[in-house]
Amino acid sequence: MAKINQKNIRNFCIIAHIDHGKSTLADRIIEKTGLLTSREMQEQVLDNMDLERERGITIKAQTVRIVYKANDGEEYIFNLIDTPGHVDFNYEVSRALAACDGAILVVDAAQGIEAQTLANVYLALDHDLDVFPVINKIDLPSAEPQRVIDEIEDVIGIEAQDAPQISAKNGINIEEVLEQIVTKIPAPTGDAGAPLQALIFDSIYDAYKGVIIFCRVKEGTVKKGTKIRMMATGAVEEVVEVGYFGAGQFIPCEELSAGMVGYITASIKDVQDTRVGDTVTDNDRPCSEPLPGYKKVNPMVYCGLYPADGAKYPDLRDALEKLQLNDASLQFEPETSIALGFGFRCGFLGLLHLEIIQERLEREYNLDLVTTAPGVIYKVHKTNGEVIELTNPSNMPDPSEIDYMEEPMVSAEIMVTTEFVGSIMKLCQERRGVYIGMEYIEQSRALLKYDLPLNEIIYDFFDALKSRSRGYASFDYEMKGYVKSSLVKLDILINKEEVDALSFIVFSGSAEERGRKMCEKLKKEIPRQLFEIPIQAAIGSRVIARETVKAMRKDVLAKCYGGDISRKKKLLEKQKEGKKRMRQVGNVEIPQQAFMSVLKLDEE
Amino acid sequence: MKNKQLGIYVHIPFCVRKCIYCDFLSAPCTRAVQEKYVEAMLGEMQQVAEEQAEILQKYQVFSIFFGGGTPSVLEAEWIAKILLKIRQLFRVSEDAEITVECNPGTIDEHKAQVYFDSGVNRISFGLQSANNTELQMLGRIHTFEEFEESLRIVKAAGFTNINVDLMSAIPGQTVISYKNTVQKVLACDVQHISSYSLIIEEGTYLEEHLEEFPPLPDEDAEREMYAYTKQALQEAGYQQYEISNYAKPGFVCRHNLSYWERTDYLGFGVGAASLFEECRYTNLSDIEQYIQLYTPTETILEAVCNTVKDTKTQSERYAEWRVLSKEEQMEEFMFLGLRKIEGVSQRAFEKKFQVSMQEVYGTVLDKYQKNGLLIIDGDAVYLAPHGIEVSNVIMADFLLT
Repeated sequence: MAKINQKNIRNFCIIAHIDHGKSTLADRIIEKTGLLTSREMQEQVLDNMDLERERGITIKAQTVRIVYKANDGEEYIFNLIDTPGHVDFNYEVSRALAACDGAILVVDAAQGIEAQTLANVYLALDHDLDVFPVINKIDLPSAEPQRVIDEIEDVIGIEAQDAPQISAKNGINIEEVLEQIVTKIPAPTGDAGAPLQALIFDSIYDAYKGVIIFCRVKEGTVKKGTKIRMMATGAVEEVVEVGYFGAGQFIPCEELSAGMVGYITASIKDVQDTRVGDTVTDNDRPCSEPLPGYKKVNPMVYCGLYPADGAKYPDLRDALEKLQLNDASLQFEPETSIALGFGFRCGFLGLLHLEIIQERLEREYNLDLVTTAPGVIYKVHKTNGEVIELTNPSNMPDPSEIDYMEEPMVSAEIMVTTEFVGSIMKLCQERRGVYIGMEYIEQSRALLKYDLPLNEIIYDFFDALKSRSRGYASFDYEMKGYVKSSLVKLDILINKEEVDALSFIVFSGSAEERGRKMCEKLKKEIPRQLFEIPIQAAIGSRVIARETVKAMRKDVLAKCYGGDISRKKKLLEKQKEGKKRMRQVGNVEIPQQAFMSVLKLDEE
Repeated sequence: MKNKQLGIYVHIPFCVRKCIYCDFLSAPCTRAVQEKYVEAMLGEMQQVAEEQAEILQKYQVFSIFFGGGTPSVLEAEWIAKILLKIRQLFRVSEDAEITVECNPGTIDEHKAQVYFDSGVNRISFGLQSANNTELQMLGRIHTFEEFEESLRIVKAAGFTNINVDLMSAIPGQTVISYKNTVQKVLACDVQHISSYSLIIEEGTYLEEHLEEFPPLPDEDAEREMYAYTKQALQEAGYQQYEISNYAKPGFVCRHNLSYWERTDYLGFGVGAASLFEECRYTNLSDIEQYIQLYTPTETILEAVCNTVKDTKTQSERYAEWRVLSKEEQMEEFMFLGLRKIEGVSQRAFEKKFQVSMQEVYGTVLDKYQKNGLLIIDGDAVYLAPHGIEVSNVIMADFLLT
């Protein structure tokens, strides 16, 4: 293959609000460039995890290299870097953007700009990407392309009059998009002879090749035999192979030079060594400084994961280890609960990340899990000056040892049509939001800005937002920092015994209501047993709410007809089996779902 | 040789109309099929008696029970014919209890007389309720008045051991209507009363259309009905000997008790269950298959007789067939025995299994003794009154496997 001319490379990504058609457009681009025939196209080529396809979101960045013969007669190399589409993965998004030179902004012709659209555009502009808009779904009856074009110009301030008006789903006007990639996105720059400087924007673990680093070479050249060094982690390895991304496969090549996007393998065993955002350089001839913007991502949400069947603890550990190979942001450490036995305290980037991991454990590893209520990291300032980061409510020090506590806050932006502004503001107030401001995007839509405690949004904020705006509100947030807050640990006592796995930390002003709701919920979840079971919510020794599960009083076998004993025995066996699926806490049997009931306190 | 007790159960899978709650093997049927069925059943009896001839020598039949379905829909002469066959094939004790289940409204003077003359000495009526609205809703074919008439007929024929089945927790039933039923039945002067709470079984009409029915009585109402049964019946001179069964002194139902005491019994007919020599098995439930299998033409009979020890034949002949392990026998001993008011005997347990009950069940016994649901009084282990009400939970704990 002839040497690739740097000016014929285009590195770009597609940014969009969820459901505006990002993945569908990516599919069409790949299809139209002729790399794949229509028959070979699997719907949404880039999202290749089952879960991603089901949920319609991208979890891991995916990348594909395609060849396009443009109207000017030249062949161009397109590197399409697909970015994760959720606020939980904001950092990954920012690193993927940093690997690009431009971005296609997809906006739904009917819905217009949404909160994520804005957040993503600003993120792209922050990285000095050239952004050009595409109006998608023009074939919808409710499409208003001209209104959306005006909106893009007014709100974002980028030229949009000649934006391609397309239907990615039906393949309308895709050529126009391809031409604009050539004309509107700049070619990469960089000196192939300079010391190596490559940005890691993702890495995956492969059982045969070890860790595969996805990178964008900014300066210099990397090839087989180059001794590379990860500048932040310090890991040094010799390159085994370099290459680029075919559709769903790795295609080795001679070298990757400045401006190119591709992969490196170097028999690295642990993704912890190849962190997203780190810079790869030549160990023998290093660059003077790493690329800007690296940070170690830390989990924001924690919860306990326990195997429903205690004997499956080693299986759970193996599964978590395997998932971690591909997911450096997943953290876990063993913990023990009196109620649930052996399990792991796991850290996640956000609630979606948690749900995805939980689902993958259940589906891919066939594990039945009990999840405790998710919580955030609190900072506990003790009277002796010590500061601890609290991820498990059970470890909260005695109140007498606590000077004060801090909780994490986020800056949230909520886009909503004006008719729902009132109800969304009310929701934010209920969640202890601090009003920052409001901007009108156009007459009918507003952008609300609030500072919100993270622990108020990790459970069901998004659902509440959707239900109070009939599905119209969109939402984006970023971490803001810690603020001092009045927090208490709420304990749940079942039959007078504290159940550690049900404790959670809550704002003192909401404690009573939460405690009451929790007791009501548990009363519904816990089946009647042979004796009366009091359920109490308490702060320290003060009981703030109480419910009672009445004793079961009747459960008698029916007539045993014609001596059919085996049928009656099956009934008893079923009963015994049902008991096995419960957790024994003291004398009480608690069904597994009760441990997750705190998640659904706001359900009517 | 000792006379071991043997029960015989004869299943008549026919009825006038299927009740909405019924999940037993029963359906309306033509006379021709009924006749073929009876012939096949006689064939089955013949075959079993021949196969087990040697073992059966040590057994004496102490109880025969015709259940269904509604055995009284058959011509009375066929019942007599079946009884005759049983007497020919098995050693039936002089004083054996012989029961026929009857549906009110399906019995007349002639039938009652034929039963009586053929040796039937106990009649069991499926009354269920004395409230005609409730009866109609359950899909029963009779009224309370028709029951009273049937009762008069069997008494006139000479029967002095009569049972009435009642049902509590019927949709729409109130404590008052249930009490009323109990009072009306007490006035009938019968020797035995059973009262079961209605269980909504999967696949029944009731289960599939539950929302179309009036609400079921709640747990507290159901409990009150149970307590009332016990109190009213005891005051009227009936003794509770099992969770749902009450009898005047001397009229405890042997057939019923045999299930809880794990006495051996042979079941004949479609879907009938047997416990014989610590082996439990159940006949095929398809009536056509059953008739084909046991119709005594020479060739079939010979073929089956010759290969009876073959397991393949067993699987052809039975829907289920298993030899009980020692653990299973122990489980049964406990969860069946504890249904009796007098409970189980620790000595009997040890004698049978060569291991003490404490050794096998110490933890469970201790747990329920502590919370007052189970009483250990010398040799006897039995459920306390409240333990009876929640017996399923306790019995499930006695399962070992």
